Amino acid sequence: MELNTEVKPGQKQYTTLNLGPTHPATHGIFQNVLKMDGEIIVDSEPTIGYIHRAFEKLAEHKPFYQVTPITDRLNYCSSPINNMGWHMTVEKLLKAELPKRVEYMRIIIMELSRIADHIVCNTVIGVDTGAMTGFLYLFQSREKIYEIFEEICGARLTTNIGRIGGFERDFPEAAWRKIKDFVKNFPAELKEFENLLTRNRIFMDRTIGCGPITAEKALQYSFSGPNLRAAGVDYDVRAMNPYSSYEEFEFQVPVGTHGDTYDRYMVRDEEMWQSLSIIRQAIEKIEKLEDKTSFHANIPSFYLPPKEDVYNNMEALIYHFKIVMGETDVPVGEVYHSVEAGNGELGFYLVSDGGRQPFRLHFRRPCFIYYQAYPEMIKGGFLSDAILTMSSMNVIAGELDA
Amino acid sequence: MTLDVVISSLKEKFGEQIIQDEQLYDFRTITIRKEAVLPIVRYLYDHERFQFRYLTTMCGLHYPKTEQPFGMMYQIHSLVHNLRFRMKAFTVENDLTYDSLTPVFLSANWMEREAFDFFGFKFKGHPNLKRILNVEDMDYHPLRKEYPIEDRTRFDKDDTMFGRKPSDFDRKKLIP
Repeated sequence: MELNTEVKPGQKQYTTLNLGPTHPATHGIFQNVLKMDGEIIVDSEPTIGYIHRAFEKLAEHKPFYQVTPITDRLNYCSSPINNMGWHMTVEKLLKAELPKRVEYMRIIIMELSRIADHIVCNTVIGVDTGAMTGFLYLFQSREKIYEIFEEICGARLTTNIGRIGGFERDFPEAAWRKIKDFVKNFPAELKEFENLLTRNRIFMDRTIGCGPITAEKALQYSFSGPNLRAAGVDYDVRAMNPYSSYEEFEFQVPVGTHGDTYDRYMVRDEEMWQSLSIIRQAIEKIEKLEDKTSFHANIPSFYLPPKEDVYNNMEALIYHFKIVMGETDVPVGEVYHSVEAGNGELGFYLVSDGGRQPFRLHFRRPCFIYYQAYPEMIKGGFLSDAILTMSSMNVIAGELDA
Repeated sequence: MTLDVVISSLKEKFGEQIIQDEQLYDFRTITIRKEAVLPIVRYLYDHERFQFRYLTTMCGLHYPKTEQPFGMMYQIHSLVHNLRFRMKAFTVENDLTYDSLTPVFLSANWMEREAFDFFGFKFKGHPNLKRILNVEDMDYHPLRKEYPIEDRTRFDKDDTMFGRKPSDFDRKKLIP
């Protein structure tokens, strides 16, 4: 860490301030050394890597199935999106065609995750301006989403939902009921949260003009997701390179104009409404489908046997073991698949040499790419604005460090 | 506008610098000489019609059994036409220096630091080329294929019973 703080005679004296590594406002562990002139940030240097867990190396030593738990530890606020992204990447490699029902079910899960992710981000922006109420209030809704995940897969945070090829079975009855309840009740809850913050004078004064970035700069920095859209560029992977039947859905891509904290908040807020509308459409589409029993693509070498068989039948156990340990044929190839995750374009670049594990797997992690713009965004602003800028960018240490 | 137009324009302009052109699943991929990376990216960025102004991602590659075992992979995107493609440039171990893309894309900064950290590529013209995710005093590049997943600097673990053991060569090298 070398910020030049040497003072020459007649020169201004600057203060060096360490924001992090373990500061409550740094959303994980990373350090920012700030060079301060009073309360104004003159210069800064971020250091990351404190929780680097070597995901890419690990992935090169794990069979395709076992990579899924690695992916859901990237952005742990919306892990199902990462799971689905990985599954779709392998399916692209296998050239598997999925039943429509699976694709719609995935869309429901991915949009629920996006809402959960945006809830965390937007409520934390509130917390950093001093408004705790919204955080406590809207977290109940996130809790409901997590309950849905729990009904589907038994886990809440590190979900591991789905299979390569689709799902093991339909969502349980309770999950469908909870999804429908959520879609029914969430608008009122979100509306109340908006009433609390969106036109709040203090909130607006704190966030408008805070940590701005222009569209040009954002593109130069390869921003994606809500952070890019807040700057005025309507790039959304779901619309531009649709996957999982997104092309059949009607939704808008909200864009901001100034790229400041308020715009990022507003873009995420609007995206939650859009996600809700997508979930409604997906439920409708599923109900209209004639085929009610397909939950998996036609790739038998990836069918995991039913759990009850695995527990009671030796052959099924062996078969299950073989699939999970990677004794399945995966072709030689090279694919890239990206999904619109909570924070932007999450991409998987996968090279397979036909072996039991990926030969090379590179994650395009949106957090990693856009956090390098942070010093430029906070330069010339107040320390308190730096905190707000960080939370509005939705920096997730797990994704940043991999 | 299609990718064919872009690639044929590249072939016309850069000729022999483009070694291979293939369609891998939904991605058009060209293999180029490593000297041509920066000129091609700059040409595509500045081109009035193509406007490839978004660097999606880049990463290092290591294929130990090939003639040119090390490589960089770049993916760029033209948001105006929604065209994206991949470029790969391979090299040998004693020539790992590439031109830095930082004069064109600010986002190349950390991505190149990551490639340096994990593979040992050097980037000419990079403003601050140092390790980014690993500790700075590490003396190897962990994503290269010769490094097993087990930490070679530790002697307190013996995983022989699990079918894993650090190779003897490295033990000799590491024990003073």
